Amino acid sequence: MTVPMTGIQGGVGASIRHDSAVGHVTGRAIYVDDMPTAAGALEAVLVLSPHPHARIRSIDVARARAAPGVVAVVSAADIPGKNDIGPILREEPLLAAGLVEYEGQPVAAVAARTLAEARWAAKLVVVDAEPLPAVLSIEEAIARELYVSPPQTMRRGDAAAALAAAPHRLAGEVSCGGQDHFYLEGQVALAIPGDAGDMLVHSSTQHPTEVQHGVARVLGLPFSAVTAEVRRMGGGFGGKESQATIIAGIAALLAWKARRPVKLRLPRDDDMRATGKRHPFLIRYDVGFDAEGRLLALDLLLAANGGNVADHTPAVVTRALCHADNCYWLPALNFRGLACKTHTVSNTAFRGYGGPQGMLAIETVIDRVARHLGLPLDGVRQRNFYGVGANDVTPYGMQVEDNIVGRVMNELDQAADLAGWRRAVDAFNRQSPVLKKGLATMPVKFGISFNRPALNQAGALVHVYTDGSVLLNHGGTEMGQGLFIKVAQVVADVFQIDLHNLRVSSTSTSKVPNTSPTAASSGSDLNGMAALDAAMQIKARMARVAGEHFSAPESEIVFAGNRVYAGNRSLSFPELAQMAWEKRVSLSAAGYYRTPKIHWDPNTATGRPFFYFVYASAAAEVAIDTLTGEMRVLRAEIVEDCGRSLNPAIDLGQIEGAFVQGMGWLTTEELCWDDEGRLRTHGPSTYKIPGSRDVPPVFNVRLLPDAPNREATVFRSKAVGEPPLMLALSVWLAVRDAIAACGDGPVVLDAPATPERILAAVETVRG
Amino acid sequence: MSALRFVLNGEGREERAPPSTTVLDWLRLSARLTGTKEGCAEGDCGACTIVIRRPGENQFSAVNSCLLLLPQLDGCEVMTVEGLSGPDGPLHPVQQALVDTDGTQCGFCTPGFAMAMFAFRDGGEPAEAALIHEALAGNLCRCTGYRAIVDACRKLPAAPAQPAAAGGAGSVSADGPSLGAHACGGQAFHAPATLAELMELRAAHPDAVLLAGGTDLGLRVSKQQEAFARVISTQAVSELATVRAGADALHIGGGATYTQALPLIDAKFPAFGALIRRIGSRQIRNLGTLAGNLATASPIGDTLPCLMALDAEVLLRARGGARVLKVEDFITGYRKTALAPDEIIAEIRLPYLPAGRDFAAYKVSKRFDQDISTVVAAFVLRREGEMVGELKAAFGGMAARPARAAALERALAGKPWTPAAHAGIDALLAEDFSPLSDHRGGATYRLRAAAGLVRRFQLETTLTGAPLRVEAL
Repeated sequence: MTVPMTGIQGGVGASIRHDSAVGHVTGRAIYVDDMPTAAGALEAVLVLSPHPHARIRSIDVARARAAPGVVAVVSAADIPGKNDIGPILREEPLLAAGLVEYEGQPVAAVAARTLAEARWAAKLVVVDAEPLPAVLSIEEAIARELYVSPPQTMRRGDAAAALAAAPHRLAGEVSCGGQDHFYLEGQVALAIPGDAGDMLVHSSTQHPTEVQHGVARVLGLPFSAVTAEVRRMGGGFGGKESQATIIAGIAALLAWKARRPVKLRLPRDDDMRATGKRHPFLIRYDVGFDAEGRLLALDLLLAANGGNVADHTPAVVTRALCHADNCYWLPALNFRGLACKTHTVSNTAFRGYGGPQGMLAIETVIDRVARHLGLPLDGVRQRNFYGVGANDVTPYGMQVEDNIVGRVMNELDQAADLAGWRRAVDAFNRQSPVLKKGLATMPVKFGISFNRPALNQAGALVHVYTDGSVLLNHGGTEMGQGLFIKVAQVVADVFQIDLHNLRVSSTSTSKVPNTSPTAASSGSDLNGMAALDAAMQIKARMARVAGEHFSAPESEIVFAGNRVYAGNRSLSFPELAQMAWEKRVSLSAAGYYRTPKIHWDPNTATGRPFFYFVYASAAAEVAIDTLTGEMRVLRAEIVEDCGRSLNPAIDLGQIEGAFVQGMGWLTTEELCWDDEGRLRTHGPSTYKIPGSRDVPPVFNVRLLPDAPNREATVFRSKAVGEPPLMLALSVWLAVRDAIAACGDGPVVLDAPATPERILAAVETVRG
Repeated sequence: MSALRFVLNGEGREERAPPSTTVLDWLRLSARLTGTKEGCAEGDCGACTIVIRRPGENQFSAVNSCLLLLPQLDGCEVMTVEGLSGPDGPLHPVQQALVDTDGTQCGFCTPGFAMAMFAFRDGGEPAEAALIHEALAGNLCRCTGYRAIVDACRKLPAAPAQPAAAGGAGSVSADGPSLGAHACGGQAFHAPATLAELMELRAAHPDAVLLAGGTDLGLRVSKQQEAFARVISTQAVSELATVRAGADALHIGGGATYTQALPLIDAKFPAFGALIRRIGSRQIRNLGTLAGNLATASPIGDTLPCLMALDAEVLLRARGGARVLKVEDFITGYRKTALAPDEIIAEIRLPYLPAGRDFAAYKVSKRFDQDISTVVAAFVLRREGEMVGELKAAFGGMAARPARAAALERALAGKPWTPAAHAGIDALLAEDFSPLSDHRGGATYRLRAAAGLVRRFQLETTLTGAPLRVEAL
């Protein structure tokens, strides 16, 4: 059989640009706030609580309702259904009812003909509230045992006995701050009432199904009466998972009340005050180890500031516990995770989802152990890496079967010459009294799959039209990460047609139901496989038609280079599509996928929560100014395991972006609340995400070559969204290394490493 | 009162709108040009970046449309992302470069980046890293990590080019700008063209708000939705726009933007120029003025310590006459100045340093670019041999107003200019200042960093060789 393998444009593994790139650069890509609205559509503004904790006596909306242009004003009392949008637990209010529990909590909302009128009227809503004492810190919540969900534990062996018997032992505390998502597009939703009480919501959401459920619950409607749709988001990063439901829910409530379309777009300050962020953590550790730095026992407390309600906190704490091992074998351990309740905004999902905080904990511990023993950090780490065939069971009882941490560290060394780099840094420090450099590496092992098995399923819908063009839809959402193009490449590859023949349509709960959020790095793993399934079904039907046409066995039908072959005879793909229609063969299919092998017992915190692990490594060099604490990242080198990458160009962008975002979390991004519980950093003038100059001037990223996923993922690729964020811990550790170069005392540093903290740490290390 | 006239994406426009309308809102809500995005409405994220070419200027400048009031466009040529390329035409080179380097992910920041890059290219600057970062400092991206965007800037062809859609330089309609006065919806906006007219207006309307660039004032519109009853802009007053190197001093007109003042400041006071490059971003500096920075009298006010250390003077003019004040005397307290209701800042005079003086200006902030200072300092040193003849040390961020460190200056005068003599400066600074603790830094840190800057100045004026600032690495 001779089949000309001409190949296709844009198949799996090709570096194809983002499908909306031209729309982005021309400004023609439409975001929710850009959508033309029908005449009569209203603009909405929130009324936020000025108190972190208060009992609401009354909400007087009379003046607001009478203000020019105002059509509807709502508070909790107006909700026809349930005032509950909790994503994991119940009883989490859309609008504060009776009690406000954080400064910035939505209490009421106003819809008016114009934004200016809505803003004006929102200022006229009078909330009479009696302030109550507020709990604002993790420490106070722990002391008073205030939690948003029950404490979690993870244990192996007798940690207390192993600690007592260990030749060396260190205990300490470190904390890391939260992080605002700072998606450039603020939260927004446009709710359009339809026939018979139906509601259509265009929402900038990573989780259309949760928006659908939230709106339905609030309005007392069956899920089938609500459609949530999203074409694209201007960034998400986890911040538009549960939080988008707040905005969509209030927009829908106003639209229901006004019987008109309502758009609610949060100005940046409202967005930062009203919606959740990455969890700050307080970490306490007690570690036992031997003279070579082998960890013998670890007692670890990971306490997250959950904010006022649970939201995602229980799951974030679980993931933090599941990543506090990072790449290391811990023979005896006692991990405790606390979901602390405070009167601050409820913290939520953010890229990494507890993983970064868990890894910051273990890396701080190992760094401290290495410095205590006077041993190189990398050597101590190596002694503690999971083994292959031995010492390979995680604290939650999962065997690490795909361990390539040694390989990614070796590749890093090959690329960057770590020993030579270290010599150069040391030489600089010997002759530089004011500026000190630091160098550190960071290995990462990150588990892929939602910890909750039920979320690891996905659906897709593929239509082939009779001209051979293909429309693809799936439950995943596009927030810039390139999911749509990756899944399209998968389908193009299955049909062996050029990528430009495919279109991806808006994600909608009316097309693919009961979806999972686009989160946990799982977008292409789940939706790629679901789309693959749908495309394979159609391809099999088309192959039957071709087989009949050519009187050839189906097994000899080959799709290649935009044609369908039986030996030397062939049809174009569109010809076969038309032929299938003539033969009354369906060209549409719903695909489905569920991740195999995974299971999880939340009661014992054991199981196999992850289908596989992603591995990565990085090295970073920084310089600090010992007079002012100013810091600059000079160089970063990265090796990332993307399996067999679906699209190396897209993956590269994910890796670079995640690393810089992680750098921001650990360096310049500092959320500050005052003593009255008010967030003082609620805009980019006060909250500093990295700018272009902050990116290391030498910044090299390599995808690990020849590393197909051991597990049968979509074309043996690996997830990429979150793991590289944790590589930024190399910057954090390099800052610690630079501080250590200033003196012989202990390195005491919390995150983010602002100039203020660095200068204080320099003074401490100098004794 | 006439309509505003400007050219938008090659097309002449005549518009009437309440003056306290931001250009961003007008573009998105009235003109329905939604390519320009709102990311923060405080001039910090750059998603709303557009470019304008003012009357008499020959190149485009990037500005934040969220801070710009619509009447400020009068007489300008304006381009938004929609003007970069025609609906079916080829992409503009800046757009193509962003596409080719995978410089977009979510795409929300992209139009703003494209416009900043357009201005960068229009300015004909070499695509060097330092200049690229300077050009991009006003634009935030949360997805890409910037590497691809910086690469796109590196790939730009050097020669300036005209936008494809505009088909060459659009020109403001033959009528030119309007007569400089607009009223709509009970709000008035005056943009007098001469100093005499300005003085008349100032005298007639002492309660009017003066706008000298508007990067601070614009915030009151974009964030607080204030509507000013009457605004008088100094922007069109030609006498105020001049920047001149006189015999003894640099004369910076009250209407001169940072960008206009920078070339001469760079030439005469390079350390001041470097500091100014860290004020806001190009988008801000293309609108903001030195006079405006003085008039807002912020406790941090990045330029004020420099102006104090350099003995700068401010020329205040009223219809009846003029007076000259030391900058130190002009600033009277927390956001308070000596400016009378009928006065304007006509000029800032920066006397040249006598030979042999050392001058340095430092800024400490969480982020290098586009951040408000935690501490800002300026030093002028006259040495007598190895000894301090006179030290002027001025700080911002340390008190309710920028101020000289009197105790420190007194104590060091006549002492050896050596690290050993600096053992006591922490205590001296604590005598001079009792700074606040806030989200930018604690009081203890501010004092320590301020002392660190004195030490840095000492080292920089005596040591050669070892680098002393992280940005130099």
